[in-house]
Amino acid sequence: MHLHDVWFLLIAVLWTGYFFLEGFDFGIGVLTRLLARDRTERRVLINTIGPVWDANEVWLLTAGGATFAAFPDWYATLFSGFYLPLLVILVCLILRGVAFEYRHKRSEERWQRNWEQAIFWCSLIPAFLWGVAFANMVRGVPIGPDKNYAGDLLDLLNPYALLGGALTLVLFTFHGAVFAALKTVGDIRVRARRQAAVLGLATVVLAVPFLGWTQADSGNARFLGACAAAVLALLGALLMNARGREGWAFALSGVTVAALVAGLFLALFPDVMPSSLDPRWSLTAQDAASSPYTLKIMTWVAALMTPLVLAYQAWTYWVFRKRIGTQHIPVGH
Amino acid sequence: MDLALAPETLARWQFGITTVYHFLFVPLTISLAAFTAGMETAWVRTGKEKYFHATKFWGKLFLINIAMGVVTGIVQEFQFGMNWSDYSRFVGDVFGAPLAMEALIAFFFESTFIGLWIFGWDRLPKRIHCACIWIVAFGTVLSSYFILAANSWMQHPVGYTIDKATGKARLTDIGAVLTQNTTLVQVFHTLTAAFLTGAAFVIGIASFHLWRAKRAQLRGERTGPEQRRRIGVMRSSLRAGLVIAVIAGMGTAISGDELGKVMFEQQPMKMAAAEALWDTEAPAPFSVFAVGDVSEGRNDVELEIPGVLSFLAHNNFSDAVPGINDIAAREAKLYGGQPEDYIPSIFMTFWGFRLMIGFGMTSFVAGLVGLWTTRRKFWVAPEFRTGGYEVPRLMLTSRRELNPFLTGWAWRLGILTMGFPLVANSFGWIFTEMGRQPWAVYGLMTTRDAVSPGVSTTEVLISMGVFTLLYGVLAVVEVRLMAKYAKAGPDVDERPPSSDPRLRLPSTGPGGTGGRGKDPHAGPDGQAADADAADAAEDTDKPLTFAY
Ligand code: HDD
Ligand code: HEM
Ligand code: HEM
Repeated sequence: MHLHDVWFLLIAVLWTGYFFLEGFDFGIGVLTRLLARDRTERRVLINTIGPVWDANEVWLLTAGGATFAAFPDWYATLFSGFYLPLLVILVCLILRGVAFEYRHKRSEERWQRNWEQAIFWCSLIPAFLWGVAFANMVRGVPIGPDKNYAGDLLDLLNPYALLGGALTLVLFTFHGAVFAALKTVGDIRVRARRQAAVLGLATVVLAVPFLGWTQADSGNARFLGACAAAVLALLGALLMNARGREGWAFALSGVTVAALVAGLFLALFPDVMPSSLDPRWSLTAQDAASSPYTLKIMTWVAALMTPLVLAYQAWTYWVFRKRIGTQHIPVGH
Repeated sequence: MDLALAPETLARWQFGITTVYHFLFVPLTISLAAFTAGMETAWVRTGKEKYFHATKFWGKLFLINIAMGVVTGIVQEFQFGMNWSDYSRFVGDVFGAPLAMEALIAFFFESTFIGLWIFGWDRLPKRIHCACIWIVAFGTVLSSYFILAANSWMQHPVGYTIDKATGKARLTDIGAVLTQNTTLVQVFHTLTAAFLTGAAFVIGIASFHLWRAKRAQLRGERTGPEQRRRIGVMRSSLRAGLVIAVIAGMGTAISGDELGKVMFEQQPMKMAAAEALWDTEAPAPFSVFAVGDVSEGRNDVELEIPGVLSFLAHNNFSDAVPGINDIAAREAKLYGGQPEDYIPSIFMTFWGFRLMIGFGMTSFVAGLVGLWTTRRKFWVAPEFRTGGYEVPRLMLTSRRELNPFLTGWAWRLGILTMGFPLVANSFGWIFTEMGRQPWAVYGLMTTRDAVSPGVSTTEVLISMGVFTLLYGVLAVVEVRLMAKYAKAGPDVDERPPSSDPRLRLPSTGPGGTGGRGKDPHAGPDGQAADADAADAAEDTDKPLTFAY
């Protein structure tokens, strides 16, 4: 295995980690409208991710930074090509982060309502747009001989990509609902389970055509394996949710997200950005990669730091393992 | 030279706006994290409640600030790819490594432990909780180190070769990139400047509260116990701030001088431009004031101190310092093109340099003056000493009070200069980055070649408009919020978490009184308590001490 293959794998792992973690963050954000009935319930939901959302987002920064270091061409083509969708995602991430921190800092009704709106929309939109971006990346976009994106915004908004966006949105919301059931107590927990069942079924309805389409366009045997894992995990998650085994349901909805993202990367490999104009212009992992020296250094850094990061992030989840209910929300604000 | 709307110009504006904005929050984040950590340590070690209230107070302001630092940083991470894709392709092999290390090593630290710190007051033992904020502070320093290593490489590329086949930079020596003197001195300078910034901020807010207390006192209002406690917090903060201002100010000047020497050697053009020194001179004077005319290569009005520039560059008063015209001619011969192509904006570099020093050093002087006027025995008149909390009334000597008019101004000065180092930081960076022009990577790649060829002018315009608008609105929101909490002062009614949460028995509730007088070492630092007991304790419906 070449180092650039290792790094392809690592980038896939980072994105998978990101979608696993921020997936339920986004889901919780969307559920502040779907599930929560009043402000106190919204605050219950927000506080389930309060201590961790920032660290979850760093998975995105690491994926970005690592792509820059390991595959500069991939980084350059992807982010300059998907300029406007990325801009929207960035704006949403900005508003969402500020909303979490500032919402409770004033007690005026209007102030709180506006930030709550921001949390909802700025979770919903990126959850959708990431799906659009990844679907496009796998399917191939117009990339010219100079490695630059040659299309326009409309090229990115094709039916396949929109389907991909809808899938990630619903899947993340499902993942979030399962997480909410795991982290809350009382009435909201019961309703979270009920909504998770509905959202899970909706995910199945969207996943089947999307995966079929992907398999037809750019699929291969590895991708099919990942698809099977994703679908099985999804059904398992639904079953566990119905039985009230919340821990298992969450683990399996996580596996669903992971298998789906892994599948997309497997469908992509060995390309990193296929060109829809001419296969010769596609960026491959090998061509886009940095020098072996840089990759070797980065491998060392990743090997040393990743276990440490995983350990202290896991510890955080352990420290905040307690379920939250409306009775735990302090009055005021 | 270039059209007003050339993609390069737009991309530069875009980058300038977003980065300067990011850097408005960064120095405060770095320094307030450490300041809060210091206060919490003082609380853990002495058990004095005033340190607890100080921790909470500065911590709150720190959190309001870091939220903006974090979200604006996300934009930075992706901007290179969005607006500078050719740059990213060219330098990714070298430049990407420190950036990825920053995310993997520093950002994870900061973001994880800050979550633990914010929500962990009643979940973690005191000392572990305190360790969390120290880890955050350490993370901010690591963050600065890696990003500045990346920036230093743009200022002075080392440890690379140019690949013959692809024409791209390739890393050959990561050690050189991480430890070259440009990096080390830049880190030293930026960190000391950050602490000066935080110190001025603390001094400003403490001055505000003490001044308010003093005015209330002059009006003859009684100073209640709450007010006294608030004053106690602010007094300690003020003194800490003053000490930090003086130390960090000296550090900034020393490191800045060192950085200047490094730059005279590595980027003589930047320093010549900083001095508007058109022709090589020996000995070279330091110009305090000048108005340059780029087209004529002459300064119309100038005020100079002889020999000082030679000293800044070479540590003696006589050696020659090369001038702009000579360097430009040399670079044109070396890299091709016209000499004027190699001259950065003299106006921006010259004034950027002076405003950096002027604004920043004012706070250093303010720190010195403040430290002198608030020496312990001059601090208050004895009759105002009450129960350990002293009421501030700047005294000239132990008997005579400073002219009330003057004392008023001393406090006002503290408030007025609160944001000065922030301005200095922005100008320092504008000087650094604009003085490097036309190069994006010094000597290797010009800024014009660095932009994204596939991104249209419209797209850059849209993103610039969106960011400017969004950042403008958020700035108003942030400043108002900051002002609200700064003015409110510490919440002195808040009781510290009573004891080690792991020792709290089920159903005993919060109980206990403040940490004052308590043995700070109470509670074994052993293994996690028996899981059943912990879960039982958590079954209570006690509200969270902190919730979003
Ligand atoms: C509070 C802020 C502050 C203060 C008081 C000073 N500086 Fe500074 N300076 C900065 C804040 C700053 C900065 C914003 O942090 C910069 C931008 C890049 C860097 O490394 O630090 C900077 C850059 C910078 C550079 C350019 C470095 C480069 O191009 O990489 C030089 C030569 C100096 N400084 C020199 C000085 C001197 C001689 C000072 C006088 C005493 C001084 N600075 C005070
Ligand atoms: C430490 C990390 C930094 C890196 C890697 C970096 C990188 C860059 C890059 C790639 C550009 C565009 C190319 C160019 O114009 O040369 C640029 C320009 C610029 N940067 Fe930085 N920068 C950093 C820090 C900062 C900071 C902290 C500030 C301000 C507070 C700043 C202010 C600017 C400005 C004003 C420009 C536009 C200069 C011009 O085009 O004339 N930079 N920087
Ligand atoms: C132009 C280059 C820069 C990039 C790409 C960049 C990137 C970032 C990112 C992605 C974050 C958010 C991290 C998070 O979510 O936790 C951030 C925050 C921060 N950055 Fe920057 N930054 C740049 C310039 C600088 C400079 C010049 C410094 C310091 C000298 C700096 C120091 C910090 C600090 C202290 C924080 C806040 C703490 C935190 O990360 O949570 N950054 N930056």
